[in-house]
Amino acid sequence: MDFFLQLVITGLVVGSVYALVALGFVLIYKSSDVINFAQGEFLLVGAYIALTMVMLYNVPFLAAVALTLGFCVLLGLLVERLVLRPFIGEPVISVIMATIGLSLLMRGLVQMIWGTDTRTFPGIFSDTPIRMGELVVSSVYLWSLALAILLLVVFNLFFKYSSTGIVMRAAADDQMAALSMGISVKRIVAITWAIAAVVAAVGGILLGNINGINPTLAYIGLLVLPVVILGGLDSIPGAIVGGFTIGLLEALAGGYLDPIFGGGVKEVAPFVVLVIVLMIRPYGLFGKEIIERV
Amino acid sequence: MLVLNNVEVVYDHVILVLKGMSLVVPEGKVVALLGSNGAGKTTTLKAISGLLKSENGEFTDGYIEFYGERISGMEAETIVRKGIFQVMEGRRVFEHLTVEENLIAGAYTRRDRPNIRKDIDGVYEYFPRLRQLKSRTAGYLSGGEQQMLAIGRALMARPKLMLLDEPSLGLAPLLVREIFRIIKQINEDQGTTILVVEQNANIALSIADYGYIMENGRIVLDGEVDKLIDNEDVREFYLGMGDLGTRKSYRDVKHYKRRKRWLS
Repeated sequence: MDFFLQLVITGLVVGSVYALVALGFVLIYKSSDVINFAQGEFLLVGAYIALTMVMLYNVPFLAAVALTLGFCVLLGLLVERLVLRPFIGEPVISVIMATIGLSLLMRGLVQMIWGTDTRTFPGIFSDTPIRMGELVVSSVYLWSLALAILLLVVFNLFFKYSSTGIVMRAAADDQMAALSMGISVKRIVAITWAIAAVVAAVGGILLGNINGINPTLAYIGLLVLPVVILGGLDSIPGAIVGGFTIGLLEALAGGYLDPIFGGGVKEVAPFVVLVIVLMIRPYGLFGKEIIERV
Repeated sequence: MLVLNNVEVVYDHVILVLKGMSLVVPEGKVVALLGSNGAGKTTTLKAISGLLKSENGEFTDGYIEFYGERISGMEAETIVRKGIFQVMEGRRVFEHLTVEENLIAGAYTRRDRPNIRKDIDGVYEYFPRLRQLKSRTAGYLSGGEQQMLAIGRALMARPKLMLLDEPSLGLAPLLVREIFRIIKQINEDQGTTILVVEQNANIALSIADYGYIMENGRIVLDGEVDKLIDNEDVREFYLGMGDLGTRKSYRDVKHYKRRKRWLS
């Protein structure tokens, strides 16, 4: 039983990071139909910048996080301006190719600047694990989970109630109509990329605190693909549920099935579930169905 | 208020859609722009509201003025802020947003946040149906309800000039009359100037003060509505009436068409 709960907690923590990264993914897809293959690199850059500030310049952790997020807003805006704006009116596939190029570029730069060794954050969270009855959980895990959930709630409220959030959803629905109402679609897309970069960076910092950072962390960008497809590419709640589901699946499959099959199930399990879900619900769990009035 | 002078618009650098289009919309009036399919009515509206660019259209000649200021070539958002709001053909409500969220999105360009709540209620006064449906997903509304929402959403921006593109499209005759009654009421209550594009000439002329008739990218006829209604050609081609005010028989129409084709 303990083993099971341990796995569940691990799964939830990893899942919350997936959910954050997936959120960025979904936002970009919703607002511009683009699948952003550079999402994992945003995570990488965010993590390294926070690390550098903490290690090299001795900035206090929370201040470093805040500065990193500020930087990521700029990064998102810059990417929108330099990479995406020139593609307005071009086919979506060209834009997707551009994001692949962007991901390679960013990963290359990260390796040039920070090298490929795994680095760890200095102990920011206390090392003493927290006991919850029989269960022993490291405090990093709990902090990560709490922070991720907080962010997800904040973003959900933002999209539901703030006028900017409503307008972002409106532009995602019908760009032309949004344009006719004086909504600046360019600005909306820029905000989207900034948010995507920010949530990815938070994910990166959390993961960095748990496992340490090295450039392979960027592959989480691809791991998140089953998450968003499972949840429905254009659904924000879907990204969140999908993130936790995949996180749990990975942890449980890794804990119970890997010893039996000699490893590897952990990586495959999410995709197996993905295929089954898509057979039953082609839009994903929460994907928006195309509304057709009869 | 709004002046189009000799406007020429080309799509994709090749297709000349507007060929010297001139039109005047006086303040506080309802102006109807009529014409058959492909005459360039929608293009005219898009030229005014700045939506041409996103469809690869561009001005090659002429200009558009709003209160004496040139607006041709401006961005759509700037034009909306100046007080021109287009209700696009086919309603185009935000399907996955609720009715109320659609209205809030319509007020995006407004700076006076506190009044927005009041205006939402104002829209519900005009369209009581929408109040009942306010937390419904807009995509599941009926066509008429969506059209009401589209017009309500336009009201939220408090435009000085409202461009309506075929508000009657796909609606039952009774509903069409209802919608046009409300359009007229908006014009009278709020003094909103209205330029309405229609295929349904009857209903459009019933609320308009002035009418323009378009063919092949230019205006071929214009005048006060009373005069237009008495015009022989308008009666024949747009109101579907024969000489004596009787409906034409289908046989005559067929006969006429045959002759026209042979001529060309």
